[in-house]
Amino acid sequence: MTGTTQDDYTDVYARRVRGMTTSEIRALFAVASRPEVVSLAGGSPYIAALPLDAVGEMLGRLGSDHGTVSLQYGIGQGTVDLRERICEVMALSGIHGASPDDVVVTVGGQQALDLLARLFLDPGDVVLAEGPSYVGALGVFQAAQAQVHHVPMDDEGLIPAALEEAIAAVTRSGRRAKFLYTIPTFQNPAGVTLSEERREQVLDICERAGLLVVEDDPYGMLSFEGDAPLPLRARRREGVFYVSTFSKTFAPGLRVGWILAPHAVREKLVMMSEANVLCPSAFAQAAVTQYLTTMPWREQVKSYREIYRERRDALLTAMRDLMPAGTTWTNPTGGLFVWVTLPEGLDSKAMMPRAIAARVAYVPGTGFYADGTGTGNMRLNFSFSSPERLREGVRRLSGVMEQELAMRAVFGAAAGHPHHRRRGNAAADAPGPDLA
Amino acid sequence: MVLAGGLSYERDVSLRSGRRVLDALKAVGVHAEMHDADVSLLPALQADPPDAVVIALHGATGEDGSLRGVLDLCGIPYVGCDARASRLAWDKPSAKSMLREAGIPTPDWVALPHDRFSELGAVAVLDRIVDRLGLPLMVKPAQGGSGLGAAVVREDTDLPPAMVGCFAYDSTALVEKFVPGKDVAVSIIDLGNGPEALPIVEIVPRDGVYDYAARYTAGLTTWHAPARLDAEVAAQVAETALAAHKALGLRDLSRVDLIVAEDGSPQVLGINVSPGMTETSLLPLAAQAAGLDLGNILATLVTRAVARA
Repeated sequence: MTGTTQDDYTDVYARRVRGMTTSEIRALFAVASRPEVVSLAGGSPYIAALPLDAVGEMLGRLGSDHGTVSLQYGIGQGTVDLRERICEVMALSGIHGASPDDVVVTVGGQQALDLLARLFLDPGDVVLAEGPSYVGALGVFQAAQAQVHHVPMDDEGLIPAALEEAIAAVTRSGRRAKFLYTIPTFQNPAGVTLSEERREQVLDICERAGLLVVEDDPYGMLSFEGDAPLPLRARRREGVFYVSTFSKTFAPGLRVGWILAPHAVREKLVMMSEANVLCPSAFAQAAVTQYLTTMPWREQVKSYREIYRERRDALLTAMRDLMPAGTTWTNPTGGLFVWVTLPEGLDSKAMMPRAIAARVAYVPGTGFYADGTGTGNMRLNFSFSSPERLREGVRRLSGVMEQELAMRAVFGAAAGHPHHRRRGNAAADAPGPDLA
Repeated sequence: MVLAGGLSYERDVSLRSGRRVLDALKAVGVHAEMHDADVSLLPALQADPPDAVVIALHGATGEDGSLRGVLDLCGIPYVGCDARASRLAWDKPSAKSMLREAGIPTPDWVALPHDRFSELGAVAVLDRIVDRLGLPLMVKPAQGGSGLGAAVVREDTDLPPAMVGCFAYDSTALVEKFVPGKDVAVSIIDLGNGPEALPIVEIVPRDGVYDYAARYTAGLTTWHAPARLDAEVAAQVAETALAAHKALGLRDLSRVDLIVAEDGSPQVLGINVSPGMTETSLLPLAAQAAGLDLGNILATLVTRAVARA
């Protein structure tokens, strides 16, 4: 008999899914979801802080009192009610005068990114993105068969000179960069924020180069120290696509996000969204609209800021107290994440099994680069665990790093540079969205 | 009760194995439930003791014998070998020693804990290993499965990173002479007439390496069942696998992984007392090639376990 691959569809798959494989790291994340493990790996907001009784009652009424609408199909662009509320939310972030006509409601921020990729990217096109960048966006760009060119950051976010160099390098290579994908505020995974001064510089550079800007702003409202800098979209009406979500300010389970797009392309986005999902969930949109209209959501966001600030402080204090010498990290002033640079020679991916054995989990830096770099980094989340758990997680992680350092010392410098590095596969090195 | 999950690196694989075992048992009319090996297990066993347990746990919890010991304490029968045999098979250096004593071929090896490298100096020890065993080498955790932490070392400069990668999974590394040849697996079952070998499965990973991704991503590996071997060679492979199963004192079922060298001689690489049962696992493929139903096999093994109680 001939052999079997247990997959009869191998010859039929589209080119864009080739190379999608399971991975050792994914196997390790399966353990990370157990309660015995302190997970610093997820990106989940602390939903337990919501007034769940009141929210539950509201959701019940949406079915019983408004079911004929909330359980019916809706329109592709999203309800007018919600789009009006979204414009109010954006005004709080400093984006004034946006028209509900120019808002497209999406299934989370993720669908917004997918629509923009479908709208602008041909196979082989280049997307510029911060290095490191959000794994979910890298997956969208990969599915669009685009290439991601990472642009380095420092403590003030994207480095303008590096952006100019990257644009020039792409042009020299004869390819076309279509847009800059950026999370300027409380960046995922780096936790840094693009400074006021650089915001103007980055916009000027992109404008000169004819480069669109996709501004992803899920965390802008979660500032711990005063208000965040104004979004890029608040500074330029044209050429900037603003994407955000209610996943971090209300509930990721509802999957409601949006795009604010320049007028000319909005209709195309709506048509593509209809081809993609027909319409966003009418029930979820009604839930968000009700939440924004009838519940004290601004106070809730304030409460999240306080909870996350306390947790960030707990994490950073524990790191200062416990992390091995040579470890450095960013100092986020908002958002959910800290980006850690490991002491010379440590490999966050190779260290993962040891961490899981010690019952602590993080995301290796390779999950945030399209090109396989990032072995010397990891992302830690502070939004989900209590301050005590965070400290315990850092204690375990520090022990793991000490052991790994000792091992590297025994086997010498050569041990830090594995020869069989697989090509970048960010999604395989990051957990699924369900990991807390 | 089907036990699956656990906190080992193979949790995900185990959950898939457990689900497959559960479905197969249900399909032949056996009432079964899946349970994780966590703090709720012992109270559950006490509150409603099952007639027997099928262990679909992979990694230490399922295979180092300890959980079998706990089931013995609870007086609950289980499918598979006893705690002692499980412990010996799980620890690859122990298993290899027993195989060699029984005259069963297995590649030359050395097993060393990481402490020995720090005490004696890694460079000196690694040099001796390369001198003695030659290149290429296979480095793998002394305990563990699914290819996790394993690496083929073709150049001596690849050895230190392979050791560090391996020690991330286990405190002891098994360094083995790499034998080029065909990778095959022989599943052994005993339905009451003594252990018998199922058709040999030949493993051909697309990218040449049978690592975690190649094992569990459908499409990355081609399996031939029965293996493309001469009848004489196949008979010798099956005989060697059966001898290994018996030498380690195993029971009910096991999977013996072997390499068939270019001259047709088989060598045993490892023995699994809790073989994978996923869609891409080898024992179910072998059963299918033999025209046997996985559910019927498992149901018979459950009946045998109950009879032992």
